[in-house]
Amino acid sequence: MTKAILSGNEAIARGFIEAGGKLAAAYPGTPSTEVLETLSHEKGIHAEWSVNEKVALEVAIGGALSGVRSLACMKHVGVNVAADPLMTASYTGINAGLVLMAADDPGMFSSQNEQDTRHYARLGKLPCIEPSDSAEALQYVKAAFEMSEAFDTPVILRTTTRISHCKSVVETGTVESPAGRGLVKDFAKYVMLPNNAKKRHVFVEDRLMRLKEWAETSRLNRIIDGDKEIGFITSGISFQYVREAFPKATVLKLGTTFPLPEKLIKKFASSVTKLAVVEELDPFIEDQIKAMGITVHLGKNVLPLWGEFSQRLVRERISGSTLPMKEVVSGLIMRPPTFCPGCSHRGLYTVLAKLKLHVSGDIGCYTLGALPPFSAMHSCICMGASISAAHGMAQGLALQGTQQQKPVAVIGDSTFLHSGITGLINMVYNGGDAIVIIMNNDTTGMTGGQEHAGTGRPAGGVEAPRLDIAKLCQAIGAKRVREIDAYKIKDLEKIMKEELAEKGPTVLISNQPCVLRYRVSKKAYSVERESCKGCKLCLKAGCIALSFTPEGKTGYVEIDPLLCNGCGVCEQLCTTGCMKQGDA
Amino acid sequence: MNVFNILISGVGGQGVLLTSKVIAEAALLAGLDVKQSEVHGMAQRGGSVLSQVRFGDKVFSPIITEGEADLLIGFEPLETARYLHFLKDDGVVIYNTRPIGTIGVSIAAEKYPSGVNDVIKDRAKTVLPFDGTQLAVAAGDKRTLNLVLLGAALSHLPLKEAFVLDAIVNTVPKKVLEINQKAFAAGRAQGK
Ligand SMILES: Cc1ncc(C[n+]2csc(CCOP(=O)(O)OP(=O)(O)O)c2C)c(N)n1
Repeated sequence: MTKAILSGNEAIARGFIEAGGKLAAAYPGTPSTEVLETLSHEKGIHAEWSVNEKVALEVAIGGALSGVRSLACMKHVGVNVAADPLMTASYTGINAGLVLMAADDPGMFSSQNEQDTRHYARLGKLPCIEPSDSAEALQYVKAAFEMSEAFDTPVILRTTTRISHCKSVVETGTVESPAGRGLVKDFAKYVMLPNNAKKRHVFVEDRLMRLKEWAETSRLNRIIDGDKEIGFITSGISFQYVREAFPKATVLKLGTTFPLPEKLIKKFASSVTKLAVVEELDPFIEDQIKAMGITVHLGKNVLPLWGEFSQRLVRERISGSTLPMKEVVSGLIMRPPTFCPGCSHRGLYTVLAKLKLHVSGDIGCYTLGALPPFSAMHSCICMGASISAAHGMAQGLALQGTQQQKPVAVIGDSTFLHSGITGLINMVYNGGDAIVIIMNNDTTGMTGGQEHAGTGRPAGGVEAPRLDIAKLCQAIGAKRVREIDAYKIKDLEKIMKEELAEKGPTVLISNQPCVLRYRVSKKAYSVERESCKGCKLCLKAGCIALSFTPEGKTGYVEIDPLLCNGCGVCEQLCTTGCMKQGDA
Repeated sequence: MNVFNILISGVGGQGVLLTSKVIAEAALLAGLDVKQSEVHGMAQRGGSVLSQVRFGDKVFSPIITEGEADLLIGFEPLETARYLHFLKDDGVVIYNTRPIGTIGVSIAAEKYPSGVNDVIKDRAKTVLPFDGTQLAVAAGDKRTLNLVLLGAALSHLPLKEAFVLDAIVNTVPKKVLEINQKAFAAGRAQGK
């Protein structure tokens, strides 16, 4: 046993190793990504980046059916993608243990919505457990596999950003090695034809009752005895906030948040004067407790339904008084994220902004094109939606007979492989008329540079077959597939104009590598102060390496040599020729 | 020991996370409970970055709220000023005075606020401002700013120096250990 500081995600990976887990499949997504990243360096474990979450879960289901303990990891919205196999895997059950790690993001540090994924547990009649720190995260993974095998069920291990990304002290243990179970043929259990599924549904309902009974005495639920004036029921990270805000209070800490231990909760509730339920996002525990006929005095009537909590927030809302707050320094400007200097997305958006096109967006680093100075992305819904939505927009425009130009979809390589392909097949098949731009930077950039089927490398490995995006688009039946260089903005503008004049779908593919992932750097540019007219045209490149100093009638631009990556987009916008590459 | 709270703020790409990693490791070596919080993903693309470290006999919450920080280590003036209201009345600020523009400044849509250094001086009792970037460059790489700042903060950390030195060895990649140790020493001289 050794002590180490691990993030929740690293602890989950360690828990998986200790549980003798053998197969892990995931698609990257903050805050879940590091579980698979950690496992990809582990010998004797198959850890893969699957093309999307549905595939990842199905691979893990296959692993469990083959007889090895298997894990699928994803961010909360990934569970939406994987929901179809999840709902029916509940019916088939498992062979060896199966755990789905789903990471929610209260406060939306890096997400497009703030859904509470615990609802899937209820929808799928699946157990859901929530650790409160890294040490518990490790133990809960082991407990999840035991539950999974004892009850013949997939188990949802739900974390939030502060559990996945906070580091705390963990004691690691020994590694189990459960025997492989091998594939089993069982028609009634694994083939979900209606007649089999009908019987399995009865099994699922019965399993849920048994899980509920089990939760009554599970060591995952415990009471910290204390002051009975207000008794707290809480789980996950909220437990820590409650303990810090009300260190003397009695607390029922729930590790199993679905199904709930009803008797334990009733007993606890009757032992306290007032009952408080503290949980981030939805009143998932609270509503279940109310449905038991128990009065919840303090819950979502005082606590927010959105954002993350803190010890301060819990203290204030539960006590109903505001704590003194120091004044926030005024007049400070925000520092939003932005394209890295040298990023190829910059060239593309310079052109899209200039042409004032309507851009159907997607999720990745290129979503930052929605921000100034480009403001050149006009919708962004979920991964893969850019192409299908652009197709719908184009059809909608045609029906209205408007003069608006055809819409443009912008999508990254990882996102295209995740769920853009189906949209493109659909658009080509249904006579679509939009321009699709695939920004292939050879990595999953936004989440920190993971491999995918197009990079030619597997997770933690050296070589894999490399998917050719252009050939794939041709095979789908797209007639106009062209390669573009997103750094050459004049050429790109010309190509865009040509394609706007064409009828039918066009696919444009940019193949410039991510400068961060591949450490690309060219010689920096500099500005000749005397020749700069201060026209600010170059600032349209939206690059952090540029800065403008007003002086005299106009002013001048400077380029920070330590930040400039030498991509040359700003230089192409310059009309005075005052920018030079290399030592000026 | 009561919980000691450290906020570390800067700009994505400056290496903020290494500083908190070393401090957390030093606290572990000191036999204390420790929690460290950071944000990945979106915030790293040149946005503002905040890391939080808390250590003591027992730590519950991994985050630090307004008025709770004993020490604020700032990698950049604007990012230091942004978190001043998190400081305790007697909280200490140690920060790098080298400003980094925002994207709003770069596109001339906004101005970098003036008087940031004065605000920091006014709002905290103990303030140590210095050009850490210059010391880092002198040590051999501007990316060693994190160790420069850690060195400067050392005398305000309730942790034995030996633990911090060992934590550096355990945490910093071997290839760059030497220049980081040099950067740390330069920072420490500044902090004395
Ligand atoms: C369903 C779902 N899974 C995962 C994510 C997390 N995520 C956001 S962007 C992104 C990938 C971006 O990669 P790519 O499309 O290659 O674009 P890049 O960031 O490299 O420009 C991922 C995995 C998400 N938002 N939704």
